[in-house]
Amino acid sequence: MTTFDPTGTESVPVTSAPAPHDSYRVGTGTRATRVLGLFTIVSMGWLVVFGLGFSPADRDQDEAVRILYVHVPTIWLAYLAFVVTAIASALYLFPKAHSLGWDRLAGASAEIGVAFVAVTLVVGALWGRLTWGVFWQWDARLTLTALLFVSYIGYLAVRRLGGTHEQRARRSAVLGLLIVLEIPLLHFSVKLWRSLHQGSTLTDPSGDVKMDGLMLFSLFVGVIAFTLLYVWLVLHRTRAMAMEDLLDDRQLDSALEARRAEARIDAAPESAPEPAPEVGTEDR
Amino acid sequence: MSVWKITWLIALKDLRIERRSRVITDQVLPFAGVTMLIFAFALDADSVLERVAPGLIWLATMFSLLVLVQRAFSIETDDGALDAMRVAGVDARAIYLGKSLSLAVQLLVLEVILLGAAIVLYAQTVPLDGVVLLVVTLLTATCGLASVGTLYGGLAAGIRGRETLLPLLTLPAVAPVLIGATRAVEAALGTAGAVVSDGWPWVGLLAVFAVAFGVGGTLAFGPLIDE
Amino acid sequence: MEDAGFIIGSYLLTFGVVALFSWRVVRHGRKLADRVPDDEKYWA
Repeated sequence: MTTFDPTGTESVPVTSAPAPHDSYRVGTGTRATRVLGLFTIVSMGWLVVFGLGFSPADRDQDEAVRILYVHVPTIWLAYLAFVVTAIASALYLFPKAHSLGWDRLAGASAEIGVAFVAVTLVVGALWGRLTWGVFWQWDARLTLTALLFVSYIGYLAVRRLGGTHEQRARRSAVLGLLIVLEIPLLHFSVKLWRSLHQGSTLTDPSGDVKMDGLMLFSLFVGVIAFTLLYVWLVLHRTRAMAMEDLLDDRQLDSALEARRAEARIDAAPESAPEPAPEVGTEDR
Repeated sequence: MSVWKITWLIALKDLRIERRSRVITDQVLPFAGVTMLIFAFALDADSVLERVAPGLIWLATMFSLLVLVQRAFSIETDDGALDAMRVAGVDARAIYLGKSLSLAVQLLVLEVILLGAAIVLYAQTVPLDGVVLLVVTLLTATCGLASVGTLYGGLAAGIRGRETLLPLLTLPAVAPVLIGATRAVEAALGTAGAVVSDGWPWVGLLAVFAVAFGVGGTLAFGPLIDE
Repeated sequence: MEDAGFIIGSYLLTFGVVALFSWRVVRHGRKLADRVPDDEKYWA
């Protein structure tokens, strides 16, 4: 097997392998992702054309409705991402195999989800400023979205606690499933709470626009575009995480190997070259 | 020994530790009292305080919950007691239920005292027809809080940075309890024209929360602490 | 035309984040890929 350098500094290959750089060419992209990426860019283009151009202004909201064509897809992407995180968490936790690939998918998906919830909140504030006159409202949907954002930031924080990959995977998987349990609870409590406050006609919090024909189509294009984007992003990110874990393991291995080498050097001058049993130091 | 027997023993153990160390009575309860005071400094007008008193009770409870959970698990991790129990073969579910039970007891005491403080400091009164609602609210909300607190406490136990992680995880998770318990207490106390019958749907929500996290926690606690 | 500003701003922000996030993900992936041999990459 080719040797490689986990610490990224110079090292001398000890086998008669081909020059290191020949076998390090592949990035996280593959033919599939390149095709996917192309489709994504094209559909994003369509989205802009339809969203800003072809689609009509709304009866009530005028041009402000155009923001929805990006706003709705971003939150859709976030929901999709979080659902995938939950499913991947379950697929890690329940089968005996405990395959770390699922854990990495869960983590990658959650990162993407958090980023797009943040975008959703900001763009939503801009939309709110135009349609309601305020950047923020304590209606059910906004409150829930904000809570979702904070919850998954917590999830990402737990993933960074350290320890072995298995520890990280187990903690995150349990938390990922718990958060999913939370969401309907939060939804009902917030909805029940804010439904008490319905009544202001000026700032109608539901913000549901009666959409038809071209408007719905534009929205549809947006959803498709962002779904393609999600798949593209999660593939790249998951592969990158696989490499991160690999490098982590190799760093640990090389550190252990360096310690053992030190012990051998120390042992050799004192007695006949009989390496002391170091089995005990390996168990962690 | 059955799970329930062990649960009981663990709960008693925790309460006994508290009785001997008096950390909660000496530190946490005064902390809760202080928060009730400083709310008044921040919210200047008496009318505002009266109106939001139920919310303040539960806010003070939430903050104290974080401290109580930290305490509940530091007594375990300081001497590796949690690991020792697991190695000795104690059922993780019993540990979870026992610690939740003890946490619930501590929370209940805290909430009653906070209610008393609110009556005194924020001019609250408890109408007779609201007493049942009030008691049921306290019980169901407490069960929910204890379930979530013990679960996240277990997750964060023994990890560096848990002091900052626990609030971040716990507060969004207990948001439904904050919403429901405040509305229910408002109904029980008649705050801002609320009537007692308004409160019972919220108690329903609190009950669902308590059951969901009670069951979820019992199942999840084992995998969480077995590392 | 305050409206137009908000609308354009929303689109710029959204696509800006998309582009930035995508670029960072790919770049980070490339940097890692330089340190891992190809036979360890399950997708290659």
